[in-house]
Amino acid sequence: MNPVLPAAQEFARRHRLRWWEALPWLAALGAFFAFPNYLSFGTQVLITVLFALSLDLVLGYAGIVTLGHAAFFGAGAYTVGMLAAHAGWNEPLSGLAAAAAVAAAIGFLSGLVVLRTHGLTLLMLTLCTMALLEQAANMGAAWTGGFDGIPGLSFRKILGLFDFDVLYFRSQYLYVLAVLFACFVFVRTLVYSAFGQSLTGVRENVLRMHAVGAPVRARLVIAYTISAALAGLAGGLFTQATGYVNLAVLGLDRAAGVMIVLILGGYGRLYGAFVGAVAYLMLEHQLAKAYPTAWQLGVGVLLVLVALYARNGILGLVEPLRRRGAAMRGRPT
Amino acid sequence: MSGAAPMLETRGLCKNFGALEVAREIDFRLERGARHALIGPNGAGKTTFVNLLTGVLAPSRGQVLLEGEDVTRLAQAKRVKRGIARTFQISQLFRGLTVFENVCIAVAERMGVGGAMLRPAGAHEAVIAEATRLVEMVKLAEDAGRRVAELPYGRQRLVEIAIALGLAPRVLLLDEPAAGIPSAESHILLDAIASLPEDIAVLIIEHDMDLVFRFARRITVMVSGAVYAEGTPAEIAANRDVRAVYLGSALDG
Repeated sequence: MNPVLPAAQEFARRHRLRWWEALPWLAALGAFFAFPNYLSFGTQVLITVLFALSLDLVLGYAGIVTLGHAAFFGAGAYTVGMLAAHAGWNEPLSGLAAAAAVAAAIGFLSGLVVLRTHGLTLLMLTLCTMALLEQAANMGAAWTGGFDGIPGLSFRKILGLFDFDVLYFRSQYLYVLAVLFACFVFVRTLVYSAFGQSLTGVRENVLRMHAVGAPVRARLVIAYTISAALAGLAGGLFTQATGYVNLAVLGLDRAAGVMIVLILGGYGRLYGAFVGAVAYLMLEHQLAKAYPTAWQLGVGVLLVLVALYARNGILGLVEPLRRRGAAMRGRPT
Repeated sequence: MSGAAPMLETRGLCKNFGALEVAREIDFRLERGARHALIGPNGAGKTTFVNLLTGVLAPSRGQVLLEGEDVTRLAQAKRVKRGIARTFQISQLFRGLTVFENVCIAVAERMGVGGAMLRPAGAHEAVIAEATRLVEMVKLAEDAGRRVAELPYGRQRLVEIAIALGLAPRVLLLDEPAAGIPSAESHILLDAIASLPEDIAVLIIEHDMDLVFRFARRITVMVSGAVYAEGTPAEIAANRDVRAVYLGSALDG
């Protein structure tokens, strides 16, 4: 028998959990106890993590450069908001399921069209998808509340047990954390699967992917649909957590914001979403306190620095250290 | 009847880009287990011909038959599944991934598990075993854990071959496998080509006449999109017209 290749062993083990993967969850739980006064901020961070994670699947893994991902966040947010306001459907979990389903449907249908294109055309078409939805939300005032949105929403107890209200930050935080955890487990499973591997293949060389007989377009549409569903969940959580929904959930600001979060943290890395969301929102929070009129300048400077010196984001800065550490212990990275 | 049909055949294959004819009435047969070379000057339409065979391009007229079966209308991915694999003139690899991952992607697609979502890629033992075999076959075991982008170009060409073999081809189209390799490294590639499994029908496009005459049992010469001559290496080498249009000094010396 041949001796087994180290690379094959490494490949067979790479999906196994590593110790440091517990850190974000320990930090999230730690924050729950350490900062009881910041839980509503923390909830927003967790929602942003989920949104950025959904973007990472398409942007970081499949290499689909989209600038319209807020379309799906907004679709989820409006689904939950409109169901609660007009249909009296305010049970949180089924509301989330509806949000995911609607966002997935929009992702699937728009994906069938936009994923036929590449590069700038693709970028513009994702923007267009979002702009169409935004205008639809703006004009369908009877349903969406138009420019003002739908304020003052309330939701039933989670599983009939835990009070869900904009004033109950504790249960909200844990609820969002639980949803995020479930979604993360799913995304992690996906990216380490053969499917995830094939998405990486599309990102790295689409020509070669065709030449190995992969159904490239179908894979991309599936990934885009899943990603849209996850973004829709994030949007649904947003509406439930804030008790309102308005046009801001669908705008370019939000789409660009989540992209900045992902680039800042490091895309195609699964944990970049966590690092980026925490870094970006904390920075925004602190800068807005210090310079209420000019805080975006600080964000801009940071982005320039990231673009110049840390192309792979914050996690990209840490990686060489980790690799060196592993090399010193004589293990493959 | 299919026993008598050649592995791959074209009948009257034509391709026009507007007024430009890049393939003219090509009748071509690649026999089972063939070691066939396709030569011709630059711009003769050799790569176009490969693109027509693999389905990257649709012909303007004519047919492509695999074991007597018409595959002219099949998309590229379907032809790959039927056993037509290729390498590229300029390496088309997953540069950011390791050699082993590159080969695994191809093998996973061939084994039909490329879309499996819930099982880790590393848990498909058959894929890993096959990828290991291929990486060792092209003598890349030492480099299996390295990123392709870090490999010397000659070794990248070997990854191309390992990927193509990972598709379990019945027909293997090698588009200038030795292009861009420094001569110091070319022997590795020659060894790999010489040791390709006998049952695969191989068509090689190559400018390196040493390689062609060492490897091929049959040679087709293409000029301006048409078949100019075909025969055994001895016949081609003796053909005055071929020497005039293409071989030139390569064989005079």
